[in-house]
Amino acid sequence: MGLLGGFGARLYSGQSSIDFVGRRRTWYIVSAIILIIAIAALLIRGLNLGVEFRGGAVYTVPQASCSVIDARETTADVLGSTPTVTETGAGLLRVQTEALDQATSLRVIEALATTCGVAEEAISVQLVGPSWGQEITSKAIQALLVFLVLVTIFLSIYFEWRMAVAALVALAHDVLITIGIYALLGLQVTPATVIGVLTILGYSLYDTVVVFDKVKEDTRGITAQSMMTYGDAANKAVNQVLIRSINTSITSLLPVIAIIIVGAGILGAGTLLDLAVALAIGMAAGTYSSIFIATPVLVELKERQPEIKSLAVRVHARRAGQARERQPRSTTSPSSADGGEGGDGNDAGEASEAEIELGDSTIIAGPRTQPRRQPRSKRSGPK
Amino acid sequence: MATNAPSRPGRTLLAMALILVGLLAWAFWPGTANSPRLGLDLQGGTQVILTPKPVTEGASITDEQLTQTVEIIRQRVNGIGVAEAEITVQGSGDSAAIIVAVPGVTQERLVELVGRTALLDFRAVWSIASPVPATDDTTGGDSTDIVVDDTQITTGNEIVQAPENTPEFAAGVAALDCLKPENIAGGTPDNPVEWLGTCANDGSAKYTLQPAFIRGTNVTEATAVLPQQGVGGWVVSLTFDSEGASALSQASQELFSLPDCTPGGASPCNAFAIVLDGVVVSAPRFNEPILGGQAQIEGNFNAEEAQDLANVLNFGALPVTLEVAEITSVSATLGGDSLRAGLIAGGIGMVIIIVFLMAYYRALGIVAVLSLLIAGLMTYAAFVALGNSIGYTLTLAGIAGAIVAIGITADSFIVYFERIRDEIRNGRSLRQAAENGWLGARRTIIAADFVTLLAAIVLYIVSVGNVRGFAFALGLTTIVDVVIAFLLTRPLVTYFARSKWMQRGSWFTGLDASRFGDVEVDLSPTVARTPVAAREGR
Repeated sequence: MGLLGGFGARLYSGQSSIDFVGRRRTWYIVSAIILIIAIAALLIRGLNLGVEFRGGAVYTVPQASCSVIDARETTADVLGSTPTVTETGAGLLRVQTEALDQATSLRVIEALATTCGVAEEAISVQLVGPSWGQEITSKAIQALLVFLVLVTIFLSIYFEWRMAVAALVALAHDVLITIGIYALLGLQVTPATVIGVLTILGYSLYDTVVVFDKVKEDTRGITAQSMMTYGDAANKAVNQVLIRSINTSITSLLPVIAIIIVGAGILGAGTLLDLAVALAIGMAAGTYSSIFIATPVLVELKERQPEIKSLAVRVHARRAGQARERQPRSTTSPSSADGGEGGDGNDAGEASEAEIELGDSTIIAGPRTQPRRQPRSKRSGPK
Repeated sequence: MATNAPSRPGRTLLAMALILVGLLAWAFWPGTANSPRLGLDLQGGTQVILTPKPVTEGASITDEQLTQTVEIIRQRVNGIGVAEAEITVQGSGDSAAIIVAVPGVTQERLVELVGRTALLDFRAVWSIASPVPATDDTTGGDSTDIVVDDTQITTGNEIVQAPENTPEFAAGVAALDCLKPENIAGGTPDNPVEWLGTCANDGSAKYTLQPAFIRGTNVTEATAVLPQQGVGGWVVSLTFDSEGASALSQASQELFSLPDCTPGGASPCNAFAIVLDGVVVSAPRFNEPILGGQAQIEGNFNAEEAQDLANVLNFGALPVTLEVAEITSVSATLGGDSLRAGLIAGGIGMVIIIVFLMAYYRALGIVAVLSLLIAGLMTYAAFVALGNSIGYTLTLAGIAGAIVAIGITADSFIVYFERIRDEIRNGRSLRQAAENGWLGARRTIIAADFVTLLAAIVLYIVSVGNVRGFAFALGLTTIVDVVIAFLLTRPLVTYFARSKWMQRGSWFTGLDASRFGDVEVDLSPTVARTPVAAREGR
């Protein structure tokens, strides 16, 4: 823990720094590969929808004196079609069939109760009409759209539209990955999974808000100086907020993992487990995306803004200037002392002037002695 | 609330204490339940989700129809004497769902009760009696025995039926008490081919009725109309199909010649009864033989009564068609297991977060753990209080929402504590860091919690069933999180920051020098220092 604290301190002060923004291409490629796999899995394998979406019946038979095969045969005798029977944790049998009407369902219960030697009341039943799942799905999509609109408005007001867009990109990233993993692993999608995915919406944004809040704070009034580009400032902010982000993710994931372990151990399957699995995947993706995706995308968007663009030009020019001062004999022609009338054609004259000035005075090296070069866009004079 | 001015932690803590005491008093007031209301997935029982569809294609469902439907379902479920049945409407209009949850009833019975459309039939009245049970001297001393002995007589909660008008049947009818509310609630469908003894739906009379001569399905249209003459108020105009018309013409000719029905009068007599779900909704008299398949029911109705009767005749009892979308029945054992699993998961989640916070933040971790425990207590109290007041039921999804929220609550502490560390790294004293750090953290906490709350509200409004329970729990715990962060964590940290011991910066404070790398840190407020600005600007 102390190690992490020390690492946090180095990140904060800038002694250690991870180049989240500069190496964004790398992160994009990593995400792109994951996303391609996710989308491919979704298209090829599709989602394994639970009975709630397809319509069907599920019988949960408690600890009993019958095997999976017994249950399967008993049900098949009643229905004429073979059900899916699985054994979940703690000796529960889960018998899953196609959609049944009430009367048939009662016959199945009776048969299972007889075969397995349990009371009819001890069998839990879920019967779902085929159209119900569509209704749940359409409601979930409705919820998603309303939420996205509201959250975009909120983020646009609280931050700015670019941050809203970047946050939504990260969000789409997380949800797609989660759904993709469901398709890839063939995990069953139940209404609890839908709840989980919808919660990821909130969680992924929570994470992004924490990071962006710091970015916003650190980039306030950034155009007034010329030491850091927006990307540099954002990167520093992310580095400073990294420990916070990791810690909040750990604390969020811990209870979810507890649910998975307990859910799998005691109940085998069901609401808790379905929900927690979706949450765990989504939270992990959410932490990753708030740092590696949201911020770089934000920088990308911001650097299209004219004042941020000119800031970047200014900073780069200044750095180039600093570099030249350290190597005064450099052959590249430094163009400084731009009086305002100078255009591209005057570089040679200016260069000689500068060389004379710099040649005998290594003492005056340092940024403050250097006249500031105006960004190209601000320089006056004929083109 | 807290601004740049020196905070007053004492006052804030007092406010917190008042809120907590108020909530606990509300939740655990003597005489109310001391634990949350549990959903069916946690205590066992049957739940049916019904989606109402308009009776006519393309029409939409009004709120009034929904209320009416719920009322009818409630009557039917109460008719079987189930306590604690819970009937709720979620959503509105065409996307509404009606959820009927009943602990400890088999799904067979429940679905039969709520899913079907009410049974309607027309029966000739044999006799009308006063609503109270007849005394022994009119029916013979063995009336109660007879009902039990004769297997051909079935008695529901409120009706007596038999294939023939036997003395046993008559005795059963005589014993019927139409003053009992459950006997006039309806909900027990009658067998149309048998004799029926039942009550008027207002409890005003008791009827002995012959087998049905027309079924509800023979009515093609019923409308409430105000006749031109305007005498006698509104009437209900009926049109029958051909089968119904011929049955009506025959029955009306037979009945018309009979004497009027009066309590204790002649039998058979001149009236027919409209029987809905086993109770008599109206018993009009034939003024003339009706031959053309067109009839009017007169009865000094006002506009509303006439419309209600017309609705009943048109649709059976329900103004909408109900489709059974989902039936879930959970055995009590499975429910108990789920509850236990949820509680264990929540407990484990809580414990490992406490361990993490203590290990990482040490003394500040104490504040965090205290805040977390109080947050847990508040959430539990809120579940209890809301169960008592608005009937909120805690489901497994709700428990999951609460467990997830433990992590989100802990997030708020981390945001604040990391801010404090940032401020210390910037060269602030512990006291200043606690103040300044809060300003930054407060903004982040509000923004982030607002997003979570927004998600919860949208989910709650749009969704149905389980998702709703989850959204409610998530929203509730998010609000608890804000309250705790502002009114508890923050003032506690202020107290900590003021203590000499914390400012000395021993390893246990979680703010010892090793945590800050080689940044020079002095936590005591006595030495004036400038922020380490040079590092910032590099």
